Amino acid sequence: MKLEEIIKKTDMEILNIADSNGQVKGCYIGDLLSRVMAEAQKDEIWITIQGHQNIIAVSLLADLSAVVVVEEVEIEEEAIKKAVQKGVTLLRTDKSAYQLAKELSKLGV
Amino acid sequence: MQEKKVIESEIEKGYFAIGGEFSSRLKKILRRLGVDSQKIRYLAIIAYELEMNLIIHSDGGRISAHISSNVIQIISKDSGPGIKDIKKAFQPGYSTAPAEIKEMGFGAGLGLNNVEKFADNLNIKSEAGKYTILKAAVNLSTQS
Repeated sequence: MKLEEIIKKTDMEILNIADSNGQVKGCYIGDLLSRVMAEAQKDEIWITIQGHQNIIAVSLLADLSAVVVVEEVEIEEEAIKKAVQKGVTLLRTDKSAYQLAKELSKLGV
Repeated sequence: MQEKKVIESEIEKGYFAIGGEFSSRLKKILRRLGVDSQKIRYLAIIAYELEMNLIIHSDGGRISAHISSNVIQIISKDSGPGIKDIKKAFQPGYSTAPAEIKEMGFGAGLGLNNVEKFADNLNIKSEAGKYTILKAAVNLSTQS
Protein backbone atom coordinates (compact mmCIF):
# COMPACT_ATOMS: atom_id res chain seq x y z
CA MET A 1 0.00 0.00 0.00
CA LYS A 2 1.12 3.55 -0.72
CA LEU A 3 2.37 5.61 2.19
CA GLU A 4 -0.08 8.39 1.33
CA GLU A 5 -3.04 6.04 1.70
CA ILE A 6 -1.73 4.63 4.98
CA ILE A 7 -1.29 8.12 6.44
CA LYS A 8 -4.89 8.99 5.54
CA LYS A 9 -6.40 5.76 6.84
CA THR A 10 -4.53 5.84 10.16
CA ASP A 11 -5.04 9.58 10.58
CA MET A 12 -1.38 10.35 11.26
CA GLU A 13 -0.13 13.90 11.58
CA ILE A 14 2.37 14.90 8.90
CA LEU A 15 5.40 16.87 10.07
CA ASN A 16 7.23 16.32 6.82
CA ILE A 17 6.43 14.28 3.78
CA ALA A 18 9.07 13.17 1.31
CA ASP A 19 7.81 10.42 -0.99
CA SER A 20 4.12 9.82 -0.35
CA ASN A 21 3.82 7.64 -3.45
CA GLY A 22 6.28 5.07 -2.17
CA GLN A 23 5.02 1.58 -1.40
CA VAL A 24 5.32 0.53 2.23
CA LYS A 25 6.80 -2.94 2.59
CA GLY A 26 6.42 -3.50 6.32
CA CYS A 27 6.79 -2.07 9.78
CA TYR A 28 9.47 -2.09 12.48
CA ILE A 29 8.92 -1.07 16.09
CA GLY A 30 11.85 -0.16 18.33
CA ASP A 31 13.67 2.53 20.24
CA LEU A 32 17.24 1.20 20.38
CA LEU A 33 18.85 2.87 17.40
CA SER A 34 21.54 0.26 16.80
CA ARG A 35 18.89 -2.40 16.60
CA VAL A 36 16.72 -0.34 14.25
CA MET A 37 19.72 0.23 11.98
CA ALA A 38 20.50 -3.47 11.86
CA GLU A 39 16.98 -4.92 11.70
CA ALA A 40 14.60 -2.49 10.00
CA GLN A 41 14.36 -3.08 6.26
CA LYS A 42 14.13 -0.75 3.29
CA ASP A 43 10.69 0.85 2.77
CA GLU A 44 9.39 -0.10 6.18
CA ILE A 45 7.54 2.28 8.49
CA TRP A 46 9.44 2.74 11.75
CA ILE A 47 7.42 3.24 14.92
CA THR A 48 9.31 4.75 17.87
CA ILE A 49 9.06 6.83 21.02
CA GLN A 50 12.34 8.63 20.27
CA GLY A 51 11.68 12.23 19.26
CA HIS A 52 15.22 13.59 18.90
CA GLN A 53 17.07 14.59 15.75
CA ASN A 54 19.10 11.39 15.38
CA ILE A 55 16.01 9.42 14.31
CA ILE A 56 16.20 11.28 10.99
CA ALA A 57 19.73 10.03 10.25
CA VAL A 58 18.72 6.47 11.15
CA SER A 59 15.64 6.63 8.93
CA LEU A 60 17.67 8.01 6.05
CA LEU A 61 20.51 5.51 6.39
CA ALA A 62 18.18 2.53 6.67
CA ASP A 63 16.10 3.71 3.67
CA LEU A 64 12.91 3.63 5.70
CA SER A 65 9.61 4.73 4.26
CA ALA A 66 8.73 6.92 7.25
CA VAL A 67 9.37 7.39 10.92
CA VAL A 68 6.32 7.65 13.19
CA VAL A 69 6.70 9.06 16.68
CA VAL A 70 3.90 7.65 18.82
CA GLU A 71 2.38 8.01 22.28
CA GLU A 72 2.31 11.81 22.44
CA VAL A 73 6.09 12.02 22.63
CA GLU A 74 7.41 15.50 22.02
CA ILE A 75 9.44 15.85 18.85
CA GLU A 76 12.47 18.15 18.91
CA GLU A 77 12.26 21.14 16.60
CA GLU A 78 15.68 20.10 15.25
CA ALA A 79 14.27 16.73 14.24
CA ILE A 80 11.55 18.37 12.15
CA LYS A 81 14.07 20.73 10.55
CA LYS A 82 16.36 17.81 9.71
CA ALA A 83 13.49 15.79 8.25
CA VAL A 84 12.68 18.67 5.88
CA GLN A 85 16.35 19.23 5.04
CA LYS A 86 17.14 15.55 4.38
CA GLY A 87 13.84 14.55 2.78
CA VAL A 88 12.68 12.11 5.44
CA THR A 89 8.98 11.51 6.08
CA LEU A 90 8.26 12.29 9.73
CA LEU A 91 4.84 11.50 11.19
CA ARG A 92 3.21 11.67 14.58
CA THR A 93 0.26 10.09 16.31
CA ASP A 94 -1.09 9.99 19.86
CA LYS A 95 -1.86 6.28 19.49
CA SER A 96 0.30 3.66 21.16
CA ALA A 97 2.80 1.67 19.13
CA TYR A 98 0.56 -1.38 19.57
CA GLN A 99 -2.61 0.40 18.41
CA LEU A 100 -0.88 1.81 15.33
CA ALA A 101 0.72 -1.54 14.51
CA LYS A 102 -2.71 -3.22 14.71
CA GLU A 103 -4.14 -0.68 12.28
CA LEU A 104 -1.21 -1.10 9.91
CA SER A 105 -1.64 -4.83 10.04
CA LYS A 106 -5.32 -4.51 9.15
CA LEU A 107 -4.30 -2.43 6.14
CA GLY A 108 -2.09 -5.29 4.99
CA VAL A 109 1.26 -3.74 5.95
CA MET B 1 44.66 -2.43 -5.52
CA GLN B 2 45.16 1.27 -5.98
CA GLU B 3 43.13 3.47 -3.69
CA LYS B 4 40.65 5.56 -5.58
CA LYS B 5 38.92 7.71 -3.07
CA VAL B 6 39.13 8.75 0.56
CA ILE B 7 36.51 10.71 2.40
CA GLU B 8 36.89 11.83 5.97
CA SER B 9 35.28 13.86 8.64
CA GLU B 10 36.22 15.38 11.97
CA ILE B 11 33.89 14.29 14.78
CA GLU B 12 33.45 16.40 17.86
CA LYS B 13 32.63 14.86 21.23
CA GLY B 14 29.00 15.25 22.24
CA TYR B 15 27.95 16.95 19.01
CA PHE B 16 24.88 14.83 18.27
CA ALA B 17 23.65 17.12 15.50
CA ILE B 18 26.28 15.82 13.07
CA GLY B 19 25.62 12.14 13.86
CA GLY B 20 24.96 10.40 10.55
CA GLU B 21 26.32 13.18 8.30
CA PHE B 22 29.46 11.23 7.36
CA SER B 23 27.51 8.00 6.85
CA SER B 24 24.97 9.76 4.62
CA ARG B 25 27.76 11.29 2.54
CA LEU B 26 29.45 7.90 2.21
CA LYS B 27 26.18 6.27 1.21
CA LYS B 28 25.56 8.83 -1.53
CA ILE B 29 29.06 8.35 -2.94
CA LEU B 30 28.76 4.55 -2.89
CA ARG B 31 25.41 4.76 -4.66
CA ARG B 32 26.94 6.95 -7.33
CA LEU B 33 29.75 4.43 -7.74
CA GLY B 34 27.19 1.70 -8.27
CA VAL B 35 28.15 -0.39 -5.22
CA ASP B 36 25.77 -3.26 -4.39
CA SER B 37 22.89 -1.97 -2.23
CA GLN B 38 23.35 -4.64 0.45
CA LYS B 39 27.02 -3.69 0.83
CA ILE B 40 26.02 -0.02 1.04
CA ARG B 41 23.65 -0.93 3.85
CA TYR B 42 26.41 -2.74 5.76
CA LEU B 43 28.82 0.16 5.28
CA ALA B 44 26.22 2.75 6.30
CA ILE B 45 25.52 0.83 9.51
CA ILE B 46 29.23 0.47 10.32
CA ALA B 47 29.94 4.13 9.58
CA TYR B 48 26.97 5.29 11.65
CA GLU B 49 27.91 3.19 14.66
CA LEU B 50 31.49 4.45 14.54
CA GLU B 51 30.37 8.04 14.15
CA MET B 52 28.07 7.73 17.14
CA ASN B 53 30.78 6.00 19.17
CA LEU B 54 33.10 8.96 18.53
CA ILE B 55 30.35 11.40 19.54
CA ILE B 56 29.30 9.47 22.65
CA HIS B 57 32.50 7.90 23.96
CA SER B 58 35.59 9.63 22.57
CA ASP B 59 37.23 12.95 23.30
CA GLY B 60 36.81 13.65 19.59
CA GLY B 61 38.36 12.04 16.54
CA ARG B 62 38.22 11.38 12.83
CA ILE B 63 36.33 8.94 10.70
CA SER B 64 37.37 8.08 7.17
CA ALA B 65 36.37 5.73 4.37
CA HIS B 66 38.93 4.34 1.96
CA ILE B 67 37.22 3.26 -1.22
CA SER B 68 38.79 0.99 -3.79
CA SER B 69 37.13 -1.23 -6.36
CA ASN B 70 37.18 -4.41 -4.27
CA VAL B 71 37.15 -3.31 -0.66
CA ILE B 72 35.97 -0.39 1.42
CA GLN B 73 37.62 0.27 4.74
CA ILE B 74 36.22 2.56 7.39
CA ILE B 75 38.68 3.87 9.96
CA SER B 76 37.81 5.58 13.19
CA LYS B 77 40.60 7.21 15.19
CA ASP B 78 40.35 9.16 18.38
CA SER B 79 42.64 10.68 20.94
CA GLY B 80 41.13 9.02 23.99
CA PRO B 81 39.99 8.05 26.48
CA GLY B 82 40.65 4.53 25.14
CA ILE B 83 38.81 1.29 25.87
CA LYS B 84 39.81 -0.37 29.13
CA ASP B 85 38.55 -3.84 28.24
CA ILE B 86 38.06 -4.47 24.52
CA LYS B 87 36.64 -7.95 25.06
CA LYS B 88 33.95 -6.54 27.33
CA ALA B 89 33.19 -3.72 24.89
CA PHE B 90 32.20 -6.36 22.32
CA GLN B 91 29.85 -8.14 24.71
CA PRO B 92 26.26 -7.52 23.58
CA GLY B 93 24.51 -5.30 26.09
CA TYR B 94 27.71 -4.02 27.70
CA SER B 95 27.84 -0.24 27.67
CA THR B 96 29.59 2.54 29.52
CA ALA B 97 27.19 5.19 28.18
CA PRO B 98 25.51 7.42 30.77
CA ALA B 99 21.76 7.14 31.46
CA GLU B 100 20.75 10.20 29.43
CA ILE B 101 22.44 8.76 26.34
CA LYS B 102 20.70 5.44 26.89
CA GLU B 103 17.35 7.21 27.06
CA MET B 104 18.00 8.48 23.54
CA GLY B 105 18.22 4.89 22.33
CA PHE B 106 22.01 4.89 22.13
CA GLY B 107 24.44 3.09 24.39
CA ALA B 108 22.53 -0.17 24.35
CA GLY B 109 25.78 -2.06 24.04
CA LEU B 110 25.05 -3.08 20.46
CA GLY B 111 27.16 -0.67 18.43
CA LEU B 112 30.40 -2.61 18.23
CA ASN B 113 28.41 -5.81 17.72
CA ASN B 114 26.82 -4.26 14.66
CA VAL B 115 30.24 -3.26 13.34
CA GLU B 116 31.48 -6.81 13.90
CA LYS B 117 28.36 -8.32 12.35
CA PHE B 118 28.47 -6.35 9.12
CA ALA B 119 32.24 -6.07 8.56
CA ASP B 120 34.26 -8.77 6.79
CA ASN B 121 37.38 -7.69 8.65
CA LEU B 122 37.71 -5.87 11.91
CA ASN B 123 40.76 -4.61 13.73
CA ILE B 124 40.79 -2.61 16.91
CA LYS B 125 43.63 -1.20 18.96
CA SER B 126 43.25 0.86 22.06
CA GLU B 127 45.24 2.11 24.97
CA ALA B 128 43.42 3.27 28.06
CA GLY B 129 43.82 7.00 28.52
CA LYS B 130 45.33 7.43 25.06
CA TYR B 131 43.58 6.36 21.87
CA THR B 132 41.37 3.93 19.97
CA ILE B 133 41.80 2.99 16.32
CA LEU B 134 39.20 0.80 14.72
CA LYS B 135 39.37 -0.45 11.15
CA ALA B 136 36.41 -2.22 9.59
CA ALA B 137 36.40 -3.47 6.02
CA VAL B 138 33.68 -4.73 3.72
CA ASN B 139 34.73 -6.73 0.67
CA LEU B 140 32.88 -5.81 -2.47
CA SER B 141 33.87 -8.86 -4.45
CA THR B 142 32.20 -11.47 -2.22
CA GLN B 143 28.48 -12.23 -2.06
CA SER B 144 26.38 -10.50 0.62
